[in-house]
Amino acid sequence: MSRRGIIKPGYTRSIDLKNGCIEMVHGSGGRAMAQLIHQLFLTAFNNEYLRKMNDQACFQSFNGRMVMSTDSHVITPLFFPGGDIGSLSVHGTINDIAMSGAKPCYLAASFILEEGFPLSDLKRIVDSMANAAQAAQVPIITGDTKVVEKGSGDGVFITTTGIGMVPEGINISSENARPGDKILVSGTLGDHGIAIMALRENLSFHTSIISDTAALHDLVAHMIAAVPDIHVLRDPTRGGVATTLNEIALQSSVGMMLYENKLPIREQVYAACEFLGLDPLYIANEGKLIAICSAEDSTNLLNAMRAHPLGENAAIIGEILEDTHCFVQMQTRFGGKRVVDWLSGEQLPRIC
Amino acid sequence: MKYIDEFRTGTLAQKIATKIASEAYTRRDYHFMEFCGGHTHAISRFGIIDLLPSNVHMIHGPGCPVCVLPIGRVENAIRLAQTPGVILCSYGDMLRIPTASGMSLLKAKAQGADVRMVYSSVEAIKIAQKNPQHQVVFFAIGFETTTPPTAVAIRQAQALGLNNFTVFCNHVLTPSAISHILQSAEVRQFGLVPLDGFIGPAHVSVVIGSQPYEYFAEEFQKPVVIAGFEPLDVMQAILMLIRQINAGRAEVENEFTRAVLPKGNLKAQLLVAEIFELRRIFEWRGLGLVPYSALKIKSCYADFDAEQRFQIPALSIADNKACECGAILRGVKRPQDCKIFGTVCTPENPIGSCMVSSEGACAAHYSYGRFRDTNHATSKEN
Repeated sequence: MSRRGIIKPGYTRSIDLKNGCIEMVHGSGGRAMAQLIHQLFLTAFNNEYLRKMNDQACFQSFNGRMVMSTDSHVITPLFFPGGDIGSLSVHGTINDIAMSGAKPCYLAASFILEEGFPLSDLKRIVDSMANAAQAAQVPIITGDTKVVEKGSGDGVFITTTGIGMVPEGINISSENARPGDKILVSGTLGDHGIAIMALRENLSFHTSIISDTAALHDLVAHMIAAVPDIHVLRDPTRGGVATTLNEIALQSSVGMMLYENKLPIREQVYAACEFLGLDPLYIANEGKLIAICSAEDSTNLLNAMRAHPLGENAAIIGEILEDTHCFVQMQTRFGGKRVVDWLSGEQLPRIC
Repeated sequence: MKYIDEFRTGTLAQKIATKIASEAYTRRDYHFMEFCGGHTHAISRFGIIDLLPSNVHMIHGPGCPVCVLPIGRVENAIRLAQTPGVILCSYGDMLRIPTASGMSLLKAKAQGADVRMVYSSVEAIKIAQKNPQHQVVFFAIGFETTTPPTAVAIRQAQALGLNNFTVFCNHVLTPSAISHILQSAEVRQFGLVPLDGFIGPAHVSVVIGSQPYEYFAEEFQKPVVIAGFEPLDVMQAILMLIRQINAGRAEVENEFTRAVLPKGNLKAQLLVAEIFELRRIFEWRGLGLVPYSALKIKSCYADFDAEQRFQIPALSIADNKACECGAILRGVKRPQDCKIFGTVCTPENPIGSCMVSSEGACAAHYSYGRFRDTNHATSKEN
């Protein structure tokens, strides 16, 4: 945050967070920007690091391995059932950190705001970020704000960066899958993507599905406590489970066999996918993870996941095979086999 | 899910598979063409091949609307989209079809053309209402299934008095295509495509009924079984075809009785007849010029005909030389027989139209079935 952030309270007129809009002046580095930072961001994210109003945050370093990750959020619509771009941007980076087994410690947030963006919406988003960060106990300790001219952005883009600490003895990486390992997911697939799709203006269907956006680091901590030797953790966001599994297969040089009848998919998601000609395996998730561990550990891990509120629908959905072609295959419920390929392009609806 | 799961049950599939295996004569082979891309997709997605004996072969037909559209018409659409003041609307897969030069509607969009993906023809009407200063062109494609919705859009545009909405009509007809395949030298004289029977279209037949197929069954002595798009429908249809062949019959049978009537949907047929008339000839990708195989907008609705308003020229553009889409669409070759399949031509960078739509034979084989081309990994379980 800017060092110009300290404004003498008595002589300023406060920003109109109800009816005001983002103006170019809010990114100019002047008083208006300082006011925005002070009144909006600092008030919401309130913590000792931010209050120092330095251009950087200073914190104690840890003894051991650390992880760092960054994630940009450019979604439409900005608000959706179960969340908004604010909570999503906090959860996204926390999850990317957590997928190494690390405990997320701090976040940084960077905003690109479009001229004319309503301040009331921005406040909603910032409050939502603050709530998400507080619930996850991962403070947002530094940040940045830029304003672009109308037409040069899409309302608001948020980039969050996180830093975390890997517990001693934990070695989780996408290259660690081994033939014979089991593949687990933490819950139902495709909820986020379908919740978002239902809001797109040209798709007139209604669903009770809400986004699954959630911070997964607590679930991960429980999983590691039960099974320290988890081989792989990944959150299947864009491209869904299919794409993430293909990435892991390639990184670990293995093949996979999924069992269609084991995939946890909500009835409504399944129905929406049928209706739109989409495959739930390719639909984005924002609060689910894929775990891969040895067959011996798999029951323990499954039980640990199911004991956590974010893993109650966890399931073992497949296993790792030896395969130089790195194919992800699926035994269909129907009794045949097929490839579960990378997502190609955007998932588009079928014509007839 | 109700009305879906019932048609995807593994245990029932096994029962039909056992019947197929016991009733198919081992001394001969059976070659069936599934005309529709919807069936091709179902066969690949559910792994139906794994449930069939090795002497029952499925040949992918030309029933994928995206795949059969000749490049010239795609080029026409791209030029339309690049015309200042035009908004071009079409169904998703159409946007990705490459022309010979590698251009596509999506690439035209990236270069500044106003191209919109729509889920229905009526959406294009809404876009026209919202943009009165623009000419909105609906790039209409598809078989008899998608024709009635286009007719509805034209009727709505007329009722609303829209003068900025036109349709670039590319609707084609299933029976003419099947006739053309059966009459081709490849099938009749050279025997390059062994063809013992057809799985008839699902949704198309809902509109046109089962009667239009009776001519082929009779004239060419090929059984036709109309089937739904669910995997059990396809399995049951294969069993019914085998039974017909074994009994020396060549009839039209309807497996998809829950949706298809002998006369079809008369209301939809009347609507189509009101707006459209037959084209004397139309180019199909893979099949070439096929007489009376497509529809055009009647002259009394010329105000809504993009071909009239924009004076769209007839372009005949050859396919990429290495691309075997034509032979694949005629059933002469399989996707894996094409030299560029999976190497130069992939879903990310399709050269031919069969790689574009998920209903295209190449995309279906690439996305779902290519592991069969390399005998390898097998599961330890199941």
